[in-house]
This record gives sequence, C-alpha cells and structure tokens, in this order.
Amino acid sequence: MCQTVICCRVTPLQKAQVVQLVKKYKQAVTLAIGDGANDVSMIKVAHIGVGISGQEGMQAVLSSDFSFAQFRYLQRLLLVHGRWSYIRMCKFLGYFFYKNFTFTLVQFWYAFFCGFSAQTVYEDWFITFYNMVYTALPVLGMCLFDQDVNDRWSLYHPQLYAPGQKNQYFNKKAFVNCVMHSCYSSLILFFIPWASMHDTVRDDGKEIADYQSFALLAQTCLLIVVYTQLCLDTYYWTAVNHFFVWGSMVAYFSITLTMCSNGMFYMFTSSFPFIGTTRNSLNQPNVWLTIFLTFLLCILPVVAFRFIFIQLRPTINDKVRYKMRTEELPVPAPRRLRRRHSTRSGYAFSHSQGYGDLVTSRKFLMKRSTKRAPLFTQTDSSIFQNQPQHYRTIAEEAEESQGHSP
Amino acid sequence: MVKQESESANRPDNTAFTQQRLPAWQPILSAGIVIPGFVLIGLAFIGIGVALFVTSRSIQVLELDYTGDSNGSPCSSCSQSVVTNCKCSLNFTLTTLFQGPVFFYYGLSNYFQNYRRYGASKDDNQLYGDLSYFTSPSSSCSPYDYDSSKKPIVPCGSIANSMFNDTFTLTWTVNGTTNNVPLDGKGIAWWTDYNIKYRNPSVTPLKNAFNGTVKPINWAKPAYELDASDPSNNGFVNQDFLVWMRRAALPNFRKLYRRIDASGDYQKGLPAGNYTIDIAYNYPVRAFNGAKKIVFSNVSWMGGRNEFLGIAYLVIGSLCVVMSIVMLIVYAKFKFPDEE
Repeated sequence: MCQTVICCRVTPLQKAQVVQLVKKYKQAVTLAIGDGANDVSMIKVAHIGVGISGQEGMQAVLSSDFSFAQFRYLQRLLLVHGRWSYIRMCKFLGYFFYKNFTFTLVQFWYAFFCGFSAQTVYEDWFITFYNMVYTALPVLGMCLFDQDVNDRWSLYHPQLYAPGQKNQYFNKKAFVNCVMHSCYSSLILFFIPWASMHDTVRDDGKEIADYQSFALLAQTCLLIVVYTQLCLDTYYWTAVNHFFVWGSMVAYFSITLTMCSNGMFYMFTSSFPFIGTTRNSLNQPNVWLTIFLTFLLCILPVVAFRFIFIQLRPTINDKVRYKMRTEELPVPAPRRLRRRHSTRSGYAFSHSQGYGDLVTSRKFLMKRSTKRAPLFTQTDSSIFQNQPQHYRTIAEEAEESQGHSP
Repeated sequence: MVKQESESANRPDNTAFTQQRLPAWQPILSAGIVIPGFVLIGLAFIGIGVALFVTSRSIQVLELDYTGDSNGSPCSSCSQSVVTNCKCSLNFTLTTLFQGPVFFYYGLSNYFQNYRRYGASKDDNQLYGDLSYFTSPSSSCSPYDYDSSKKPIVPCGSIANSMFNDTFTLTWTVNGTTNNVPLDGKGIAWWTDYNIKYRNPSVTPLKNAFNGTVKPINWAKPAYELDASDPSNNGFVNQDFLVWMRRAALPNFRKLYRRIDASGDYQKGLPAGNYTIDIAYNYPVRAFNGAKKIVFSNVSWMGGRNEFLGIAYLVIGSLCVVMSIVMLIVYAKFKFPDEE
C-alpha cells in the first residue's frame, strides 16, 4: 500500500482534485501548502491551507489559513503550534463542560429538597457573574498560554503529535468522563453542605441553616472546587495565569462582601437582599470546615487518579514532561544553510502514519546525494533568483508516478 | 534589496509574550509531593475529625415532638380539633444538669420555606420602613398584598403571613414547688437583620404608620402589637418576626425561640428535675403532613450537635492515609522508566 503519492506537472485544478480525493475517501484532515497562485485552489479545498509568502507573490498567502515565509516553518506550525492549539482547545472544552455541568447539577439536587419549585440554590447575582466574571479570565489564561511541553521538546519528539491525529483528548469517551466527573463533584458539592448544615446553628445559638447562608456556602464551595480544578489542569503558569486565577478568587470574595454590605443595601434595597449574610455565616468555624472538606473531597480523587494513571499507563506526554524536568534538551543539529528544501513547493498530502517521521527525518536529502547523479543542476539560492522550479526525483519509481496523477 | 526589506517589515514580534516564551512555573504531579501530601492531609483530617466528633458528642440535645398526629401522643387533642386557642402541655424529666447556655428552639418538618414563590413573596422596601410601600405593596407579594376590600396588607407576602404563632412557657417542678423558668427573647435574630435590614417606619406612635392598612390574614394581632410586654419589640423588628423571616434552606429546620435566662437557679443551665411546657397550639401543620417539635440544645464552637462533620473528617482522613499507601505501592512497583 503506498503511503506517498507524488504528482508532478499537475494543473491547479488537478491539485485541488487530489486534495478532494483524499478528503472524500480517506475521511482525513488535509493540509495543503503552496506558494504560488497555482496553489490557491488546492489551499482553499484543503481543511487547512498554508501559504508561503515569498518569491511567487502573495496569492497563496491571501487565500490561506496560515502563512509564513519558509517551507520549513511547517514543522513548527504542526508540531508546536498545532499541537498546543489542539491541547488547549480540548482542555478548554473539557473544563468548560465540567464547570457548567457541576454548577447546574447542584441546582438539580436541590430541587428534590425545595419542592421542585425551581428555587436556585445560589444567589441570583452569583448566577449572573459565574460565567461572566468569576470563571471567565482563568479559563482564558489557560487557553492562551498553556503548554504541556515546550517548543524545543515538541520538535524533538514528533510522536507527541499523534494524540491530535487520533482525536484522543476530546472525544465521546472524554466527554462522558467529564460528565461523570461533574456528577460526582455536584453530589459532593450539594450533599456535604446539606448534611453539615442540617439542623445546626451558629456558635451563639442563632440561625445558620437559613437559605441565604446555605446559598453562600454552596457557591463558595463550588467556586473553590472549580478554581482548583483549573489549577490542576493548567500545566504552564505564567504571571498572567497567576494574576487571572488569584485575581478572580479575590474578585469573588470582594464582590460578595460588597453585595452583602450595608451600602449596597441602602442604595438598592430590593436588589441586594443578602445583606449581612457574609458577616454572619463566614465567621463560623463549621462553615469553613465544610468548605474545606468539600474542596478536598472533590479534588483529592482527581489528584489520586491522575497520579496513578501516570504511574501505570504513562502517555508519551507524561514521559516527555518528566524528562523535561530532569534532562537538558540536546542541542539541535546546526541547520545547513543550503536552501535546497525551499525548492519544494506545491505539496498536497494527507496525514498517515509515518509521515511525521518521514518529513522531519530529512531522509530524502541524505539518500538523494548518494544514490544517483542529479538530473537537474541545483543552485543554492534559487529562491532568491527568479528561476523556474526544479523538481527533484527521489527514486526511479517517481517516473511511474506520473501516471498516478488523475 | 526589496525582498529583504519587505521581509523584515513582515517579521513578527520577537517578544517573550508573542512568541510564547514567557517564564513559567510548570508543576508536575510527582511522587514526592503527592504521597506526603496525602499523608499530611489524612493525618490533619483525622485530628480535626476527632476534635469535631468529641465536641459534637458533648453537646446535649432534647427533642420533643408535639404535633399530636396519633392518639395518645401529646397535644393530640389540639391537633384534631379546629378549636383555636387550644392549650396542651408536655412533660419531660432531666436526670442530669443540662449545661447552659440552653437554647429553646421550635422545629418544623416537611415545611418548605425554601419554595421559590414563597421565598419571593415579600417586600424588602416595606420591611425597611418605606412608607410609600405601605400604601402600594410590591406585586411580588401577591396574592397577599391586598385583602378582599383592596386595603394594603402590611407586612405583605406569604412569608410574613405564615408566621409561626405557637407560644410556650416552661415550668420546673421541684420539691412540690413549681417555678416558672425565665425565657429571654432578646437578640435571638441576626444583628444585621435587627439593625440594618428591617426598620420600623419612623413614625411615633408606631400605630399611626399602619393607618389605612390591614394586618396579614393569618395574624391574630397587627404588627405594632406583636409584643405587649416590650414596646421596642414591635413592628418589623420584633425578634420572633425576624427569626421567622429568615427563611430556612431545607424542609426540616429549627428556629430559635428563646434562651433560658441564666439567672438564679438557672445560672449553670437547666437543673435536673421535672419540667412542663405549656403550649398554645395555634399553628396547623397536619394538613400537609408536617410535624412540630421543641428542641433544647446547648452549643459549642462548632455550633449545634451535628455528628456528620466529625465522622466525615475521620472517614476521609483514613481514606487519604489508605490512598497514600496504595499510591506508594503503585509508585514503587510501576515507576515508569524513562523510555522514548
């Protein structure tokens, strides 16, 4: 079974048709990279179109999704940025579903205890601010900056790209895991406060099991658990991440204290009925002990599972991350300055196993110089001199492949 | 030449932010953090759990149901008839001193103060003493905002209307003499409710503020006459009213009624002996299978008696220690080798 097809002397329409063929029959994600106006149709047809700006003009760039100046940057696009982007997207989706399912399922459990009257277990302002203010920036920080492995290690271990191709990080199974995790968290987040506030009072005998204190307790527990889950998911803590996470936590407490303060009540009496709740419930040791218990009971199983899975079934990411901490990255081989690889243009190929190794191993270049006499003369800097494209042959079979182009 | 100039014009920024090279902390779940962490947390939890459990065990609680839902139970005569102002009494005996300060609660079961429409049915502006809302209560109070003759109800709403109106007196019988145990009703509600959230309209006498309004349908007396013995305990800042308005989160709850006044014979609490509670049984709960009870309790730093927290901490603490041992075994056996 051939894994590589080389088409040469193809028209732009034929290039697009090659890509379409792969898209249709292989159900694969296709990437097309080209630098000339004749590559535009191919770039547009592929899922990801990459244009190279340079000697052939800007046509390819204008119609592409990504563009850069040299062909060799494709390696970085895929193995570093593409990989990071996939990981960030999957973490974002998983976390977003988790935090919203948890938030909603707690309300669901409360329905059994409030006569199914759609009474919210959280305060109205909290519900308004939860997605907009309290949990917006930390997620944004994680999705902008997260890197599990840094760029040099990503290039050194192209196998790290495989989970993205196999759709491993966010699929039906991952979604079901997320929902189960949310169910578990929501059960803890409701029933632990329920059991510990049941029929109890403050340390001076007054009320603590009232609706407003319970709402405050439930929402504080939820936010602390959700923030800690984000902290566990974030692998790369820049200063911005720290600012977003700790800042959001501080914002929650300050906004809640403000809404329960006298001033807001005097100004907008019926909008802030929770006056006095923080002062009367957050000074109780049993409230904080409940929060502490809930938080650890939600987080410790996650930590334990992840640790055990890393030990029993380490993924390649885990291994590289551990290696990154202990070893120094080997110095990359000095790039040869001959620009032979820039004479390639107009590739259309789909992902298949072994391509990553093949593309980055530069085997073509090694074999080429020893196998046969070159049919065409090579110049070092053809990209800077407006010379016609030089096509290289890799092996004799290439001549047969001319019959393969549709 | 031209090519090189345009190339450097298009070159992207080479800053740490744009090139994603910001300095960062990259934590990893390593055995050196996770396993000792679990052990420490487990031991801390066990310590806290023991403290909570011991404290909870030391709290004394006495619960007496007086719904009267079956023949022979106390107050069954009152629950079955529709006679108002029915009186019944409960007797109980204390074998040892009930340590003070002793708190006297009434408890309700199957009573959904957390029902949404019920909870929304009040007017915060009216309760803050704003006279303009006396004449036109907020529509959230409906149908308890105007009575049948279109007069505004003050305080409006379902929560106020359903205020608990059983009253209790406690007597202690020793050596043939019966003494009335003094009950203190001051400061049983949150100080923020009393001082800030609820205000009487600033009209003296208070009765004049309620001109042109009617009392809630189920109330026996209007708001300005809730406490005949203490003139400052009337209107919206009546302590029992405040306690009732702070609606409960769960269907089975208790609310503070009085404190046993720690004076004279009762300085240390309730001494051993025979006690009788005389109840004015006004509040009907049997229609919705509710139950009423009286609870005597003392408190500690963790509040009332609640064994759940202590037991939960002990269980989770032990589980943490067990998990740390499991993880240590897994780590020792399966420490993954550094392969490619």
